[in-house]
Amino acid sequence: MKRILGRAVVAALLLAAALVLGAPAGVAADDALYRAFGERGGLVKIVADATDRWVADDRIKDTFDNINLDRFKKLLVDQLCELTGGPCKYTGRNMYEAHKGLHLNQAEFNALVEDLQLAMDKYDIPFSTQNRLLAMLAPMERDSVTR
Amino acid sequence: MSNDGARLLMVLVAVAALAAPEARAADARPSPAPATPASKPATAVPADEPADEPADEPAATPERQPKTNLFDSGRLLGTGGVVELEGSAGGGLTPWAVIAGYGTRDAIGATAHYTYIPLSDFRIQSEGVALGFFNRLEISADRQEFDSRAVGAKLGFGYGFMFNQDIFGAKLRLLGDAVYDQDSLVPQVAAGIQYKHNEEAAQVRAVGAKHDDGVDYYLSATKLFLGESLLANLTLRETKANQFGILGFGGDRHDDYSLQYEGSLAYLITRQIAVGAEFRTKPDNLRAAREQNAYDVFGAYFLNKNVSFTLAYLDMGDIATQRNERGAYLSAQVGF
Repeated sequence: MKRILGRAVVAALLLAAALVLGAPAGVAADDALYRAFGERGGLVKIVADATDRWVADDRIKDTFDNINLDRFKKLLVDQLCELTGGPCKYTGRNMYEAHKGLHLNQAEFNALVEDLQLAMDKYDIPFSTQNRLLAMLAPMERDSVTR
Repeated sequence: MSNDGARLLMVLVAVAALAAPEARAADARPSPAPATPASKPATAVPADEPADEPADEPAATPERQPKTNLFDSGRLLGTGGVVELEGSAGGGLTPWAVIAGYGTRDAIGATAHYTYIPLSDFRIQSEGVALGFFNRLEISADRQEFDSRAVGAKLGFGYGFMFNQDIFGAKLRLLGDAVYDQDSLVPQVAAGIQYKHNEEAAQVRAVGAKHDDGVDYYLSATKLFLGESLLANLTLRETKANQFGILGFGGDRHDDYSLQYEGSLAYLITRQIAVGAEFRTKPDNLRAAREQNAYDVFGAYFLNKNVSFTLAYLDMGDIATQRNERGAYLSAQVGF
């Protein structure tokens, strides 16, 4: 009876460590995540909804001035499709070049993430699935936030 | 056993990290955009630029004026953690490498908390504030009030004798970003100190402590495994504190610093709810009041970036001769 909580905590920590260390890292090797997002049709809907939120968000809407939104949405769908293991090829500029001159700060980058999360919520993408995509987008902060 | 070596190692790691902060991110990024896009030299195009750039590609993104907001609350929900027992940002039982509040590297954030811990024979309450500067430096002040209730009478101090302690903390983020560095296993690392002053000098000496104040030194590594929706933290601490300092510092069994281990693991269920478990080893310095490790299981609810609540079940082990002190941990926090 003594210290059952302690043993349970230690067991949980060891189990989680095993899960993390055993988990595949980096870009998905198969298209499971792509399918979880509803393939290209699902990504098109999510990107359209997210873009609607971005251009209406006072924190970041001015970063979309002078942007061809149709072209932007197509490129973003391509990029997410490729990242999630789908049969697409992103042909746009790299993240540094694409955000150069925008002087995005970290709060603006995160505002974009928050709106994307709401768009994924709207199309019932489970939270853990959302996080698998966000884990691939997160390192882009380094090249996107140029201040 | 002396732990001078371990303390020295922690200091060396801190110095090494400070010597080259953000070196990787800074080196990986090309130099800032020139003021006029036209002046961009062709050689600045990175090697990974696709050769078949579409013809309708705009020549360059127009310049936009950078914006700053000193109180941006710009970090993502939950990434400031909650407030731990001693007033630093972290889990409930241990500091994390995260900086208090929601300010990004351009901003200042802050939190204030009230925590109530009704254990089997004691009551602990704590209140404090923490300030986060530019997601780099955290300064905190906390007050802990330990109600000894019936045990106070047993020890001869009177029923409900209060052991009060003030804790002043500072934490410096040394390297890494727990959230963005998802392409590497490098955690966010911070070094911190907590100066603790117990107001009950005579009483903590009566239970065997050697000092009524002390300084804890810690090194925390925190990593979000976003793809797995898991957050892990490991903290190493050099301390002499008895029951976090509530029963003073050093004792009749040991009066040296000892290296202690603290860990947290959290699973993110939604953007607003995390559940997890923590452990914390503690010194065992007092002959008359033996100490064991502490454990908890917790749930944290982030209503928004301004309000959060933490509920935990805490097992502190024995405290001041009382066996198996357990109970709830209830904490409310506000901030930005």
